[in-house]
Amino acid sequence: MTPPDYEYLRKLLKDLSGLDLSADKQYLIESRLLPLSRKRGLAGISELVQKMKSGSASLVAQVVDAMTTNETFFFRDKVPFDHFRDTIMPEVLKARAGRKSIRIWCAAGSTGQEPYSLAMCLKEMSGALAGWRVEIIATDLSQEVLEKSKAGIYSQFEVQRGLPIQLLVKHFKQNGEFWQISPEIRAMVAHRQLNLLHDFSQLGAFDVIFCRNVLIYFDQDTKINVFGRLARSMEADGFLVLGAAETVVGLTDVFKPFPDKRGLYRPSGARGTFAPAATAMPRMAAIAGR
Amino acid sequence: MKTCLVVDDSGVVRKIARRILEEMGFNIIEAEDGAKALDACKRAMPEAVLLDWNMPVMDGFEFLGHLRRMPGGDAPKVVFCTTENDMDHISRALHAGANEYIMKPFDKDIVATKFQEVGLIELPEQTPV
Repeated sequence: MTPPDYEYLRKLLKDLSGLDLSADKQYLIESRLLPLSRKRGLAGISELVQKMKSGSASLVAQVVDAMTTNETFFFRDKVPFDHFRDTIMPEVLKARAGRKSIRIWCAAGSTGQEPYSLAMCLKEMSGALAGWRVEIIATDLSQEVLEKSKAGIYSQFEVQRGLPIQLLVKHFKQNGEFWQISPEIRAMVAHRQLNLLHDFSQLGAFDVIFCRNVLIYFDQDTKINVFGRLARSMEADGFLVLGAAETVVGLTDVFKPFPDKRGLYRPSGARGTFAPAATAMPRMAAIAGR
Repeated sequence: MKTCLVVDDSGVVRKIARRILEEMGFNIIEAEDGAKALDACKRAMPEAVLLDWNMPVMDGFEFLGHLRRMPGGDAPKVVFCTTENDMDHISRALHAGANEYIMKPFDKDIVATKFQEVGLIELPEQTPV
């Protein structure tokens, strides 16, 4: 791949998806985009870039999809779902006992494993939730990924990563080599295409936001900006769940860590007073991208 | 160190399972059918059993029934690992006292998540992004 081709792809991905590739991620681009090139009958990355420059919008969308889609699995990391069941839900059940409604947002819902894991958790609590209105909204950048999520069809490999066998028996139906999650669980999750870089205030206010393993791909300014808008899309007593490698610490004071629960945060009440940018080292990629 | 009894009539599968489980810190005992596995359990009850279904002499399902009726036989966590991948077999296995179920082919990640599920190994800090 020529350096100009790499720069072109890096800038385009940053602008369209927030994906912030450092200067040495050629291998990542090649491993994701060479299969796509072949599928489209193109000789390689250079020809792919030529075609994108000539204005093929569908190709650009496929490139963004291929670069931002990551493998996930049911109950990924397990701990966040323990937090959900043991810490978040008991609090929300108390705090919302009056209005009896819960709104949950999976901000990087991907192929559905996370929202459906939450739906299965909630199903287990259906006694306590009788008469409640429960909303789970799964959003993702990629329409293709959302379609897979909506269908709720998974390979034998996928249903064996993180999904306890009892839940497979309980909520899935086998169809040849594939397993489909039940209509009842699917009906608990609404899907929407959404780019986190764009305004999402129209989604309304949430009690719980899962935003895991997506902000790590963003540069610092983008992270701060997204945290600020997430805080504004959340009830004052809501909960934010981040990925295990992610934190708000040192970036923003709109959220504060929940004591002794890794990855769990709550709004601090401070709205938009950011940590001074000078305390943070801007990353090379962020500068070069401008 | 926890012991895992690997029961499979295929030497290749036993070898793969041994490599994965040793890396996870288990001491491995191998058996090539259900009868030999029962003998092993009579000598010393393992903490875990990775169990194939179809085997000569005594199959995995029959072994599980005998194991669960042995003194102390309710203690080992039994994880089936078989090409039988339909709901009917899975339900029968769970009914007979299996703790988890792996459908072949399997890899290290699947074994690790299933063993975490039944509490045989600790959770890793995080999964790679």
